[in-house]
Amino acid sequence: MPSIVSVRNLSKSYRRGKQKVAVLENLNLEVENGDFLALMGPSGSGKTTLLNLIGGLDKPDSGELEVAGQRLDKMSSGKLAKWRAHNVGFIFQFYNLLPLLSAERNVEVPLLLTKLSAKERRRNVAAALQLVGLADRARHRPTELSGGQQQRVAIARALVSDPALLVCDEPTGDLDRETSEAVLQLLELLNKDHGKSIIMVTHDPKAAEHASRTLHMDKGELIDAPGVAAA
Amino acid sequence: MKYFPLVWAGLWRKRVRTILTILSIVVAFALFGIIQGFTAALDDAIDGLTDEARLIVQSRVNITEPLPQAFLPRLRAMNEVRDVSPYGFFGGYYQEPRQQINTGAVDIEAWFTILPEWETDPAQMETMMRTRNGALVGADLMEEHGWNVGDTIPLGSSIWTNTSTGTTTWEIYIAGVYHTGQGIPSDDIYIHYEFFDEARTNGQGTVSLYHVRVNDVTRSDAVAQQIDGMFANSTNETQTQNETDFTRGQIAQIGDINFFVNAIAGAVLFTLLFLTGNTMMQSVRERIPELAVLKTYGFSNATVTAFIYAESFLLCLGAALIGLGIAAASFPSVFEALDVLRMPLPMSVVATGCLLATIMAVVSALPPAVRAQRSNIVDALAGR
Repeated sequence: MPSIVSVRNLSKSYRRGKQKVAVLENLNLEVENGDFLALMGPSGSGKTTLLNLIGGLDKPDSGELEVAGQRLDKMSSGKLAKWRAHNVGFIFQFYNLLPLLSAERNVEVPLLLTKLSAKERRRNVAAALQLVGLADRARHRPTELSGGQQQRVAIARALVSDPALLVCDEPTGDLDRETSEAVLQLLELLNKDHGKSIIMVTHDPKAAEHASRTLHMDKGELIDAPGVAAA
Repeated sequence: MKYFPLVWAGLWRKRVRTILTILSIVVAFALFGIIQGFTAALDDAIDGLTDEARLIVQSRVNITEPLPQAFLPRLRAMNEVRDVSPYGFFGGYYQEPRQQINTGAVDIEAWFTILPEWETDPAQMETMMRTRNGALVGADLMEEHGWNVGDTIPLGSSIWTNTSTGTTTWEIYIAGVYHTGQGIPSDDIYIHYEFFDEARTNGQGTVSLYHVRVNDVTRSDAVAQQIDGMFANSTNETQTQNETDFTRGQIAQIGDINFFVNAIAGAVLFTLLFLTGNTMMQSVRERIPELAVLKTYGFSNATVTAFIYAESFLLCLGAALIGLGIAAASFPSVFEALDVLRMPLPMSVVATGCLLATIMAVVSALPPAVRAQRSNIVDALAGR
C-alpha cells in the first residue's frame, strides 16, 4: 500500500532566547494510506512538533517530508496554506471552534476556500454533521454544546472538505472517558469505513488502543518504530 | 460575501466593547457633521445667496465711519453702474432693545433694482413711494409679529433720535411686504433714506454704506477699483467689495470660524483614532488563536489581513455613516433653532466624513493586521 506520509532524516529545532533547542533529529517514518497511527510519548518528546510538520503547519529545518504525494519541505508558506486546505483536516484538544459561529458555520469554514456554491457547501456541511451525529445541533453555537459535541463539530469541520489525512492532537484530552470513547469510535469509523488516514497524538493508552498502530516517541526520536531507523 | 459571517462574527466578539466603540464613532461623526456642516453650509449660503454684481462701498477707516451723501451722484454717474442706493444703519428694535430688527434706510426704488430677485406688490410699492414714513417689511417678520399692511408700529432705534418726537421711537407705517424667495429669511425693515436723514437729529448728509449694482458681473472688480480710485486721497477714502467678499469679511470678524471648527473636529477625530485603534488591537489580540485556526485550514495571511481590514471598515465606516446620517437628519432643525437658513447638510461634508472614516479604518487596522500576519500558527495554537 502506498505511503501517505513519508519522513526521511527530518530535523526541527526551536530558538529559546539565544539557545537552539533540537526537537526532532534525523527522524524517519512511513505511514501507509488508510493507516490509523497513534503517537505516544511524554511531554516534550516532539510528537506535536512532528504532527505540525506532517500537517504542514510548520516547516522542517532539514530532511524530506512527503505527505499526500507532495514535498512539504520544499513548499512556500502560501503553497503550504493551499495544500492544507485540500489535503488535511485538523482536530485539536480544545476544539478551537469559532465561538460566535453556529456549528454549521464552523463546519463550513474550510469550504469557504473552495469554489463550491452556497447550496453545495450547505449540502456538504449537512452530510458532515450527519456523519458525526449532530444534524439536529447545526444551528447551535459552541457555548450551547457539550465538550464531546464540540469535538464532534470539530471532527465534522476536519472532514468536510474530504481530506485524505486527519491529524489529531490529543482529541480526547479535554473529554471524560465516556465521551472520549464516543469520539474515538467516530475516528475509527472514519478510518475503517471512509478510508481516512489518521495520525493521532495522545497521552492516553486507552485512546491508542483504537489505532491500528502505535508508535512511541522520546527526546525527538521514534523509539519503537518497526522498520524505521531512528537516529 | 461568503466571508461576511466570519467578519461579522469577529466584529461582535465582545458585544459591549463594540457597541461602546460604535457609539463613540457615531457621536463623534454626528458632531463632525453638524459643526463642519455649519461652516460648509455657511460658505454655500454665502456663495448661493450673494451676488458679485452687487458692490458695497464703505469707509476705508471702518464700517462705522460714515460716508458723505455727496458721493451718490458721482457713483450714479459711472458708466458701468446700473443703480446705487445709500444705506443708513437704523439700529432698530421692537418694544425692547433685546428684540433687534435689522432696519435699513435706503432708496427704495434703487434698492429693488439692486435686488431684482426680491418681490413686492406693485400697489404696495406705490403706497410706499407715496408714504414718507412708509416701510417695506419682510414677510417672515410680518408673520412673526402678526403685523398687517397698514399698521403703524413704534420702531425703536438704538442710535438715532427722531427730531419730531424728541425720542428714539419712530412711528413707522407698514406700506407693504417684500418677499426674498430662495429660502432667504425676510426679516428686515426698509424705510426711506430721505425720511430717515431729515428726521434724525444728527448725522445728516451722511450714509453708512452705498450699495451698487454693476451692469456686467465680470467687470465687478474693475468697477470696485474705479470707485476706490475715484475717492482715493480724499478725506473719505472708500473700500469697495463685492457682496460675497463683504459678507465673508463680516463673518470673519467674529473670528476664524473655520480654524476653530477644524481644530475641534481634528481633536475629536484624533482621539477617536486611538479609541478605534485600541479596540481593533484588543479584538485581534484576543482572537489570535482563532485566526490561527483559519490559517490552519488554508486561509492565507493576505485573506486573514483582509478580514481585519473589512472588520475595521465595517466598524468605522458603518458607525461614521450612522453619525453623518444623524447629522444630516438633524441639520436643518439645528439651523432653524439658530434662526439661520434651513439648509441640508452639504454633500461635501458627508464625503469628507467618509474619507476620514476610511483613513481611520485603515490606520486602526494596520497594527493588528501586521500582528495577525506575523503570528506563527503553531505558537498561536499553543497560546504562546
